[in-house]
Amino acid sequence: MITEQRMTIRLNELPTDRWATVSEVDVPADLKDREIVLRLVELGFVPDERVCVVAMGIPGREPMAVRVGGSTFALRRHEASFVRVSPM
Amino acid sequence: MEVAELAPPERIALVGNPNSGKTALFNLLTGSRQKVANYAGVTVERKEGVVHTMEGRRVSVLDLPGAYSLNAISMDEAMTRDVVTGHGREDLPDLLVCVTDASNLRLHLRMVLEVRRLGLPMVVVLNKMDRAEKLGITIDVAGLERELALPVLTTVSIHTHGADDLRGFLDQRVLPSVQRSWRPSGLEQVLATQKDVQRIYRQVVTEPAVQRDPSDRIDRIMMHPVWGLFVLVLVLFVTFVAVFSLGGWLSGLVDDGIAGLGGMVQERMAAGPLRGLLVEGVIGGVGSVLVFLPQILILFLFILALEASGYLPRAAFLLDRPMSKAGLSGRSFIPLLSSFACAIPGIMATRTIGSWRGRLTTILIAPLMACSARIPVYTLLIAALFPTDPIAAALVMVGLYVLGIVAAMTVAWVIDRTDREHAQAPLLMELPPYQWPDLRSLIIGIRERALIFLKRVGTVIMALTVIMWALNATPSPRTINGQPVDRSLAEELGHALQHVFDPIGFNAEISVALVPGMAAREVVVSALGMVYAMDGDADMEDRLQQRIAAEWSLGTKLSLLIWLVFAPQCLSTFVVVKQETRSWRYMWIMGGYLFGLAYLASLITYQLTRSITG
Repeated sequence: MITEQRMTIRLNELPTDRWATVSEVDVPADLKDREIVLRLVELGFVPDERVCVVAMGIPGREPMAVRVGGSTFALRRHEASFVRVSPM
Repeated sequence: MEVAELAPPERIALVGNPNSGKTALFNLLTGSRQKVANYAGVTVERKEGVVHTMEGRRVSVLDLPGAYSLNAISMDEAMTRDVVTGHGREDLPDLLVCVTDASNLRLHLRMVLEVRRLGLPMVVVLNKMDRAEKLGITIDVAGLERELALPVLTTVSIHTHGADDLRGFLDQRVLPSVQRSWRPSGLEQVLATQKDVQRIYRQVVTEPAVQRDPSDRIDRIMMHPVWGLFVLVLVLFVTFVAVFSLGGWLSGLVDDGIAGLGGMVQERMAAGPLRGLLVEGVIGGVGSVLVFLPQILILFLFILALEASGYLPRAAFLLDRPMSKAGLSGRSFIPLLSSFACAIPGIMATRTIGSWRGRLTTILIAPLMACSARIPVYTLLIAALFPTDPIAAALVMVGLYVLGIVAAMTVAWVIDRTDREHAQAPLLMELPPYQWPDLRSLIIGIRERALIFLKRVGTVIMALTVIMWALNATPSPRTINGQPVDRSLAEELGHALQHVFDPIGFNAEISVALVPGMAAREVVVSALGMVYAMDGDADMEDRLQQRIAAEWSLGTKLSLLIWLVFAPQCLSTFVVVKQETRSWRYMWIMGGYLFGLAYLASLITYQLTRSITG
């Protein structure tokens, strides 16, 4: 059984309408990106929270609307890429 | 040892996340007893009001800008941080009221824990309790009080008595506020706080197994790449039709009232300069601006209602990608939409844009959105161009709006090209649940807009019209061969300016009318009426329109229309750009590029039309 060792992908790779669990957030080197990650964590993108992409913009699936906790946030794919999730 | 004196609070501050219903609660607490100003030295809006407690004491309430965190990433959030940490120029409030959305505690609890660390006297408010109940969410209030070691109250800001518990609480005595050292929390600490939030949330909140909020289902359509855009176009279309049809009809009523007043004064007063000043200058001039109050307010009503309903962030989501082609983000959509009503609130709304570059670009292009003050001049000129063809007139009107948008996006694109870093502005925007707009807040918002407009009419516009009237009524002191020239000061000015404006087809009358029009575009119509020596009576605009139709060439009419799309025409916009960017440089850059663009576009229009029509 390998159910405990699930694959993690980046949130920007998660297909629409698929639920996933946040496993961790990156700590990027760039200061501006770090500020973004801090805000993402403050908004609820923390380990064990369930997330789901509910809508995508066009063209290029940008931006994405992500449901987390009781809220929905519009994120750029770049911002979403710092969140690692495991699809359920 | 000295014992800290307990006393009921005299100054309280509302702090909380955006979308916590904080402002609706503030409106319920203070009603009409509120004052909107700016914080000292910065232009973040400062809303203060007075609440009557249950015992009838008057307590001052400060509505701090909504903030997701004290780790501020926008000007609004920085202001909130400075006030609650005692680093601003404000005194610390006696009591912090931390407002949360009871239906979304998962997000809002973290801010409560962060604010709690400040160690100030504090009460937690679970707002929107009605919504939480409707969604089947139950909260163990006593349990939450135990976990937080803070008093917790519930409120419903849409009910008249929905904040009575809070008003009662304000009579209780609290410890004095003492400033403590505060440091922004780092990632590790935020992660730890979020663990606490998860634990407390599991303990005190019970959610139904099936989600009852219809927002997700509504969003299937609203945020659909095709249907969503269709709905957006429809929403904007309905808004503009309402402004022009309903607003136009109401404007007609106001116009009749003003004409009646003018006629009455004309009859009762003896002829003379004073009557001229009153009838032509004050009633005619100011009245021609006042008639647009209904249209401006209807536009604001739509924008306020769309914003309160939660729809605008969805529109911003849909437009984010197209706008990013011009180097902007969806966050610029709401400020730019507001600019169609008036560039000033639009430019002020850019404060929520985190990135300075995105914010600056939005400020610089906001004046290209056709604000409602341009409606009178557009209407007059288009009616003169197509007196018998309402469909062509409507199409040209739409065309002028589109031209402004296209120009704005082009300018934004050019600004983006000059940016070597190409820094992507973060979006990170909450899409709050849909809700019915709170009627009380809508009324307060509209009243605020009406007062701002009336104040402008009573000061700047009144002064400009009176000056314009005086310039027209005063004969020129210049003499030619000992004979006085038969010209007014206004005509002299017009002839002097014509050297500049002749290549773009403006005659002396237009040139002189544009001078006060640079300060406030609303006065262009009445200024034209004055230089064409017309009484400010009921059919002044009709007669002016006939003269324009008969006397101006096609090139001149088109050139003036184009000029009005681009030219800087509002002193208040200059002032607000200076304030918001804290720089004279950006103010002059905006004025300069708009003037250059207007001149160039009008020159091309005029010369092209002339060469085609001969």
